[in-house]
Formats: sequence, C-alpha cells, structure tokens
Amino acid sequence: MIRSTALRRQLVGAVAVAAATALILSGCSGSANQKVDKAAPKVLSGNVSFWHFFTDREAKVIQSVVDDFEKANPKVHVSVHSGQDDTKLQQAISAGNNVDLGMSYSTDIVGSFCTSGAFRDLAPYIKRDKVDISALTPVTRSYTEFNGKRCAMPALTDDYALYYNTDLMTAAGITSPPRTLSELETDALKMTTYNADGSIKVLGYDPLMGYYENAAAHYGPAAGAKWLGSDGKSVIGSDAGWPELMKWQTAFVKKIGYAKLKRFSASLGQEFTAQNSFQKGKLAMNMDGEYRTAFIADQAPDLKYATAPFPTADDHTDLYGGGYITGNIMGISKGSQNPELAWALLKYMTTDTAAVVKLANGLKNIPHLTSALKSPDLVVSAQYKTFVDVAQNANSSTTPPSPVGAGYQQTFEQYWDKYQETGAGDLAAGLTKVDKQINASLALVSGP
Amino acid sequence: MTTLAERTTGRAVIAARPGQQRARRRRLLVVFGMLLPALLGLAVFFVYPLLASIFFSLTRYDGLSDPQWIGLRNYQYLFTEDPNVWVAAGNTLWFVVIMVPVKLAFAFAVAGLLTRARRSSGVWRTLFYLPALVPPVASVVAFVFLFNPGTGPINLILSFFGVKQGPLWFNDPNLSKPSLLLLAVWVMGDVMIIFLAGLLDVPRELYEASSLDGANGPQKLRYVTFPAMIPVLIFSLVTGVIAALQYFTEAAVASTVALGKASVGEGIGATLGYPDNSLLTYTEWLYVRGFSNFQFGYASALAVLLFIVAAAFLVLFLRKVKAFMPEEATS
Repeated sequence: MIRSTALRRQLVGAVAVAAATALILSGCSGSANQKVDKAAPKVLSGNVSFWHFFTDREAKVIQSVVDDFEKANPKVHVSVHSGQDDTKLQQAISAGNNVDLGMSYSTDIVGSFCTSGAFRDLAPYIKRDKVDISALTPVTRSYTEFNGKRCAMPALTDDYALYYNTDLMTAAGITSPPRTLSELETDALKMTTYNADGSIKVLGYDPLMGYYENAAAHYGPAAGAKWLGSDGKSVIGSDAGWPELMKWQTAFVKKIGYAKLKRFSASLGQEFTAQNSFQKGKLAMNMDGEYRTAFIADQAPDLKYATAPFPTADDHTDLYGGGYITGNIMGISKGSQNPELAWALLKYMTTDTAAVVKLANGLKNIPHLTSALKSPDLVVSAQYKTFVDVAQNANSSTTPPSPVGAGYQQTFEQYWDKYQETGAGDLAAGLTKVDKQINASLALVSGP
Repeated sequence: MTTLAERTTGRAVIAARPGQQRARRRRLLVVFGMLLPALLGLAVFFVYPLLASIFFSLTRYDGLSDPQWIGLRNYQYLFTEDPNVWVAAGNTLWFVVIMVPVKLAFAFAVAGLLTRARRSSGVWRTLFYLPALVPPVASVVAFVFLFNPGTGPINLILSFFGVKQGPLWFNDPNLSKPSLLLLAVWVMGDVMIIFLAGLLDVPRELYEASSLDGANGPQKLRYVTFPAMIPVLIFSLVTGVIAALQYFTEAAVASTVALGKASVGEGIGATLGYPDNSLLTYTEWLYVRGFSNFQFGYASALAVLLFIVAAAFLVLFLRKVKAFMPEEATS
C-alpha cells in the first residue's frame, strides 16, 4: 500500500515535470512561415498590426503617415500600438502575439532579431518588388542587416555633431568651430569660466564619459575606431583609434580636474528636459543628436547656437564631416498573420520618399533615403543642415549589430569610465582584457 | 470463534466504513476545491517559472528562438568569466547586511518612541508613515534632487555649517549606497507600523513585573520587549532581506537620474550601476544580461543562483532563530 502510494506520487511528479517541460518548450517554439507570394497583391485588404515606441506628439506624426497609407489602400486597416518599447516588442513576438510590423528605437537589437528570426528575412520581398536598397544611405544599410541577412529596414536616423553657443564663442574671441580634438580642447578651456570659489561657472565642453551623449560609440568615428572584426570578435584592444581617443579625453579631464568636472556635471539639469545644460547656457559646446534642434526650438527658442561636424582626432582630419549615426528600425515579426500587408506598410514607410520626408519633418530626425535627404520638401534649418550632411558623408559610421546587442559597448564603456578618473594603469593590457570579456560573452551566445 | 453480538457489531462497522469514507472524500474534495485557486496560482506563478528558469539556465536562449541545451556552460561562465557578477553580488550584499538592519533598527526606535507619545500620537504616526506611501520612483527622484551636489538643499544647508565642498552623494561611488540607505530609512514607515503594533501588543503586566524585580530600561528591552517581539522582528528581517536581495528600482532610478539621463520608454541598460558600478545590484545585472544583451539563458542561471541563495538564507536563518522562539523555548 505504502509502496503503491509512493509509486503513484513519483508518477504524478514525473508527469508534472514532463508537462511543465513540454509547456516550456511549446512556449518557445514557433517558426515563421516564410512563404512569399510570387507577385505582390494587386489590391491590399485586411488588418495589419503595427507596434512602435513613440508616444504623444511623435505618435501623432507616425499616425499621420499610417493614415496616408490607409487612404491609399482603403481596404486596409492598420491597428497601431504606440508606446511599445523594445522589451515589450520582444516579449510580444516571443509569446506569439499578433505583431505584424514592429519598430524599435535601437539598432542594437538587429543582431539578435536577425539571428533568431524574430524579424523575417526581407530579401524575398525586396527581390520580388525590385526595391532599390542602394537608395538607403550606406550606414543605414549596414546596421539593418546581420551576417548578410536583411531582416530590418531603417526608419529615420539620429546623427551626432557638435552644438556650440555662438554668443559664448564670440565672447571668447573664437571665430569658427573646432575641427580637431585639440582645437576642441583649446576652445573649451578658453570658454570655461570659474566662480570665485574655483568651481566651474560655464564649461566650454564637458569631456566626462557618460555625461549626456558622451559615449564611446559617439566618439568612435572621430578616429575611425573599430569595434568588431570580420569574425564578429572584439578588436577594441588592437585598434589604434580607441587608445588615442581615451588618452586625449583623459588628459582633457585632468586639465580641468576630474572632481571639479564631476561636481559641475552632477549639478546640471536632466538631458531631456528644459534644464538641459546647453540649452541653459551653462555649457558652451556639446555633442548631441539632430533631435536637439527640435528641443531648442521648443524649450529655448532664444538660444543663439550653431552646429558643425564633430571634430576629428588630430591625425584623422580626413575624417572631418562624418559622425556617428544610429536610428530606428522596422521589421516584420516572425508570427505575422499578414506579412504581405506588413511588408506593404513597411515598404511605404521606409522607401517612399514623400512618406519619409513627412516623418522626418514631423519627428525632426534625419531621413535615411538619399532621395529624401535631397528633397526640396525637407525642412532644413541652418543647424539641421549639418546633420543632413553628416548623414551623407562617407566618413560617418555606426556601431555594428551583434548577438549581444549593445553588450560589447557597455563592457568597453565601463572600462573607459573607470580609466578617466586617473588615466593610470596599463591601457593596452586593460583593452586586451576588455576584448577577452567581450569575446567570452559573445561565445556564450554564439558558441565557442 | 465470534459471538453473534460481535458479528453484528462487525457488520455495523463494515457498514459504517463506506459512509465514513464518502464523507471523508467529500470533505477532502471541499478542502481541495477551496485550495485549488491558490494551488493553481502557485503552480502557474511559482512552480512553472521556477522550472522554466532552471530549464533555460541550462540552455543558450535569446528569448526569441528555440533554446539550445548547453548543460552547465552558463554556470561555468557565471563563476569564472562574468566581469560584473561579483561586483553586483557585493553591492547587493551591502544592502542586505547594512541597509536592512539599519532600516529595521531605525523603524524599531521610532516605533518605540511613538508608543510613549502622550499627545498627538496619531499625527506623529501619520508623519512617520507618510513617506512609505510615496511611490519608489518618485521618492528616489526627489532624493537625488535633494542631494544634488550643486543645486540641492542638503549641500546648501551643509554650507551654512562650514562645509564648502559638500559630498557628491549619488555621484560618488563611495557615497551612492549610503545615500540610498538614507532613503531607505526615510521610507521605513511600513516596517515601523508593524513594529508599533507589536510593541503595543506586549502585555503591560510584564513591564510592571520586571519593574518590581528591579529591571532598568535596557533590561526591560532585553528581557521583555525583544522576546515578545521576536516573531515580528523575524518577519521583518526575512522580508527585508528578500527585498534587499531583489533590490532594483531604487538603485536603477538613482543611477539614471544622477547621470542626468532620466527618460521614459527607452532602454536603461547603459545607465545601470552609475557611478562606477557602485549601484549595480544583482538583479540589475540579471536584467542587463537578459533584456539588453539577449542572454536569457544566462540571466536564468543568475536567477536560479539568486533563488538558491535566498532559499538557503531563509532555511538557515529560520533554523537558527527557532531556538529563540517563545513557544520553542517552552516546549
């Protein structure tokens, strides 16, 4: 009797574990049906769900372009889900929710989404509909594919350049924006003023890593620095650009004083509020994206400022004019119920010049289509034009997609953050260790 | 050989058995039926996620494609190659060992004082409890602004006392955790209320008897208050330690706001841990590896380890304190 009860318990336990395992596995499976019709449907009809992360005013801009699509295709209804960030999008796709088309704010997901098939391979659609991929700017082409698989299309870009306060620059007797990092440092020190107690009153340029948009990724193009090699492994330790940038930045920090800069930076306003230090005139020069022009127009319309490409390392003046580029991306979910409709909407929003210009004018981001960058309908102010030029410059670059997202950048930035405090220690050995850490993390995802 | 009476009784017993069994079965069904919602909840929200985490921790899994079995590789990476896991574990341990006892001690002291308040006790209780009602994100944001080294009122007040260069608080790796400790002490109202209820429950006669025996204040605390409060203290300590092991929101928001990058709807993977990883907690690191680096298999291994540590602490701690429980002492 006891034995049979025990047996029964064991059996029930085994069944429960087996059921749970089956449940787990069933929750993870589900491959995409990648069948593509030989010809695009002549008349589009049905429902398509579109998930994006924008909210409020920006969501209305997206909606206006969706409305145009629906007007052109009266039998189509687009169900728009706004305010869905990357985590929600990932979970929804993973859980098999009805996501036809998804938009992400980060190019960092491309590696994972392409590898896993979370975003479908777009090559069959592109080939069938003869979409000209060369119409995309080169950098946006590169960050929307991974290992030769195009699973996403760019949807506007964020480009980075130098903002400078023209009043403060004139007051310091500077007539033109800096073109090299040495000039940036010299001008910044000239424009920096101090209070009676020695604390910083106005800072020429804040060199602290981590501050606002001061990230390794954004500095990289200034020295043509590379992240990953053709084998997908880290080359940070062997690239000459990174130590050059790190030594310049750390020496710059030392000239003003790490503690003094830290105190000043800590007292500045939040980046994405009206208290932004550049907008408040506490910072004379700053690295930032094109979206700042919209913030300034809205929150500090009286600010006198101009923009210029970000300065290059002293021995890389040939790279001047370029900058860091990233952007939003869009793809068709693996669980899409209506991939043809999703593709039609994706194609419209990312390859139709008029739609892209409308989005760019509304969101104040930079178009990813060469035709849109040159379009007379694109509203281009003097400050915004710098970013339009950066987008088309051959020296502009981006961070490569990887299966660990931005993990490799985070590992390197942690090391740089620490290094800038003193600039002491063996930099070469430190960067080799960074390579090792990144490669170990990549091996965990891709296998040894 | 059985008598007729015995046989009759035996038949009666045999006849009664099926009835009793039916009643027992019915009772069991009722009990099971009443327990079912709770059991279902437990199975869906505890057993299934736990089994899933254990399974995923043995796989390479990005949260999107099918998991691939890799055995103990994630655990090998955790113990030998992960550059931040021990930093994160050390920070979390700090919160467990320093923050929890300090918060409890402060809450206990305030509750003790409130039991002695003769006038406006309701007002005082409300005042001390109010901060606990503030949502964690709002309280952290407020604290980071209050402690802003350049514009915050705390350093301004310190300057009146001759401190010209006030601390950097949340921007200083040495002070970021103590700054969060101050926040934890400020929002101790929830624990304080539990302690207050416990203290008011201690029989007055015990104090009177100890007074007659000549006990002074500290002796009353040691021999009357503490023994009576042990169940409440254990509960607060256990829940406090488990919450500290899972410490996330306050540290994440403090890092993001102190770095000047407060925003809504975008990833926070890059700001977690600021300054200098001093606020990188174990669960934050788990989040980064899972949601920012698409390493859900590895994140599951981190989660399993956290579960084991929490469970081990609980078992060891409860075993240790069992001897001090009043009912155990008397049995």
